[in-house]
Amino acid sequence: MTEDRRPKELFVIPSSEAPTDASRVADFTPDLIDVGEHHLCPGCGEPIAIRAVMDAIALLGLAEKSVAVFGIGCSTAFSNNLDVEVLQALHGRAPSVATGVSRVRPGLAVFTIQGDGDMANEGLQEVLHCAARGENIVCIMLNNGVFGETGGHLTVTTTIGQRTKNTIEGRDAAKHGHPMRIAELLAQIDGVGYVARGAVNDAGNVARTKRMMVEAFTAQQQGLGLSFVEVLTMCPTGWFVPTDEAPNYLAETIAGTHAVGVLRSALPSSPSD
Amino acid sequence: MSARLVEGSEAFAQAMVSAGCRFFAGYPMTPFTEVLEHMAAALPTVGGVCMNAESELEAVGMVWGAAAAGTRAATGSTGQGLSLMQESIAEAALAGIGFVVLNMARGQGDYFQATRGGGHGDYRTPVLAPSGPAEVSQLIGEAFDLADRWRNPVMVVGDYYMAHTWVDVELSEDYPEPRSAPDWTLDGSTGGTGGAKLVSPLGTTKQRDGVGYDLAAHYAHADQQREAMAAGITPRAETTQTEDAEILLVAYGTMARYAESVVAMLRSEGHAVGLVRPITLWPYPERQVAEAAAGCRLVAVYENNAGQMIDDVKLSVLGVAPVVGLNGYRTDSSAFGISPDVSVEQLAASVRELLETS
Amino acid sequence: MSKPQQVRGTVVIDVEACKGCDLCIEACKPEVLAMTTAETNTRGYRFPQLLVGCTGCRACADVCPDFCFSVFRFDEPKTWTAESGLQ
Repeated sequence: MTEDRRPKELFVIPSSEAPTDASRVADFTPDLIDVGEHHLCPGCGEPIAIRAVMDAIALLGLAEKSVAVFGIGCSTAFSNNLDVEVLQALHGRAPSVATGVSRVRPGLAVFTIQGDGDMANEGLQEVLHCAARGENIVCIMLNNGVFGETGGHLTVTTTIGQRTKNTIEGRDAAKHGHPMRIAELLAQIDGVGYVARGAVNDAGNVARTKRMMVEAFTAQQQGLGLSFVEVLTMCPTGWFVPTDEAPNYLAETIAGTHAVGVLRSALPSSPSD
Repeated sequence: MSARLVEGSEAFAQAMVSAGCRFFAGYPMTPFTEVLEHMAAALPTVGGVCMNAESELEAVGMVWGAAAAGTRAATGSTGQGLSLMQESIAEAALAGIGFVVLNMARGQGDYFQATRGGGHGDYRTPVLAPSGPAEVSQLIGEAFDLADRWRNPVMVVGDYYMAHTWVDVELSEDYPEPRSAPDWTLDGSTGGTGGAKLVSPLGTTKQRDGVGYDLAAHYAHADQQREAMAAGITPRAETTQTEDAEILLVAYGTMARYAESVVAMLRSEGHAVGLVRPITLWPYPERQVAEAAAGCRLVAVYENNAGQMIDDVKLSVLGVAPVVGLNGYRTDSSAFGISPDVSVEQLAASVRELLETS
Repeated sequence: MSKPQQVRGTVVIDVEACKGCDLCIEACKPEVLAMTTAETNTRGYRFPQLLVGCTGCRACADVCPDFCFSVFRFDEPKTWTAESGLQ
């Protein structure tokens, strides 16, 4: 539990009405999110990541030419409240579905939103082949190191030592195999235009992740090949940690294996890191 | 229009392009492979796209996307490859996404897969079964129309024999303009308007009315859609000399062509034999089969499998006459094509035996 | 007389949307957000309250998974004292 930092005399500023002598610098939900309420856990990083995507789309003026293709996972609970066109795909199948959309409507900002279980377990073949073909789509992997929706089980990105429902003593390479670094895997494929890994565990990383999204969609609009952005998201439920410890857990445990940064960029200007 | 000698597979491909198909995705598998080759050659010439998918799983995924984006789209394989596509076919029915799936079958062993559905849940797909190249063009066009009308995957069943036999067909030189994208499909343009479209097998409601999807309500609605589709498609069959038949043959596809020759042969010998050939395998032409069976002393089902369509024949006939199977999985040694003992003489001999013993 | 403190911004908090995850507390650099201890919203979650010294940096809004914050920067920075409140 967070230590109570309030002074002995409690001076709380009223915070229920907007001030009239100020300018708004951040609003509750961005324009492209219809309804902010969702059923995801307290402290879940996925809405923060999806917000970064929506902010990038709004910034680049792509709302009227975007199609989001969602995989199946926790993020599915956030797929029917967006003000961009959404095509729901099956578990692992979003990249092939996005390919179909993109090939018949070239120029659209087609992107996928998938968890690590969806993209790297069920559907690894799909994203790899999209990369090889240089599909002009943005594939976004929300990586929390677990299959969240089914309760928090091992995926191929789960780190060594990480406890999950089916590796309760901690992932052991001999028993459960090694994790794969998906962004690194994709960065090696000719046909990618932009590959980056961000995180949403603190405000600085959120800002950097949003810049990565802007770069990814810019590369896509310029036809530079597949854009891939992996976003490390908190999953306190899947990690068995209290919500306020999840950001540190992400920094130490998850990002220890999956390092944040831009791995490859064909954009003319220098990458955001 | 001009007559050309073409491989059966090319007739299928040309029929798809003529029907306005502008997206095709496939994976090589015998005896479907040549359809993919012909689509790869034809589609770019009309501004279409043919994808060499990395597996059958991705082929149907790409078609899901292309169809949802408003383009007439198709995929295909043979039974084994279609086995990989079943989840997507079942869920596309729930999502209300229509496209055509071609089975170039080995034998007729995929009847259950097509008509019962090899996927999960209560879905159904309309199934059309041409018996020869003359019917292919018409049925392929109908398949796309049905897919649009009912927003459901539609299957067309061919086979090795049809794929690889060279035939004389009338082919259109000019392709008509493909139909425009239906209203429900996606092109990005409703984004940012407060009413962006959603296409999903989980439901169609945006979250403004509540939080999340109501799957139970969606599945109930899907049930209604499926009932409407079943009632809205007229089952079809072709009958040959069934009015006074004593023995009725039931066969579809290539096997029906053998049966038709046998009917002509046995009639010329004075035997009262008839044939009913289902053209829609789902919805099944129960009424036509029952009418043709009325007055017969035996119904014999001729199919190239261990006995699948015979179940539907029994359900249609409902005991009016006994139903026997002239079945057996008869393929060549590669298991792709038809074995040499599938012949008019062999079938005629079997039917003569039934005439004597029944 | 208490020391006057500069306040450059403020927030509006959607208390009912909060799920009590505490991420905003960690994110707030001026450390002016504190969770309630006894008080909860109608769903049973504790929620953040704003203390003196907000800079309007919007880090809270950026990290909140439930979109609870609307952030403002005053046209002119204000001053807070215990006696007179926010002026």
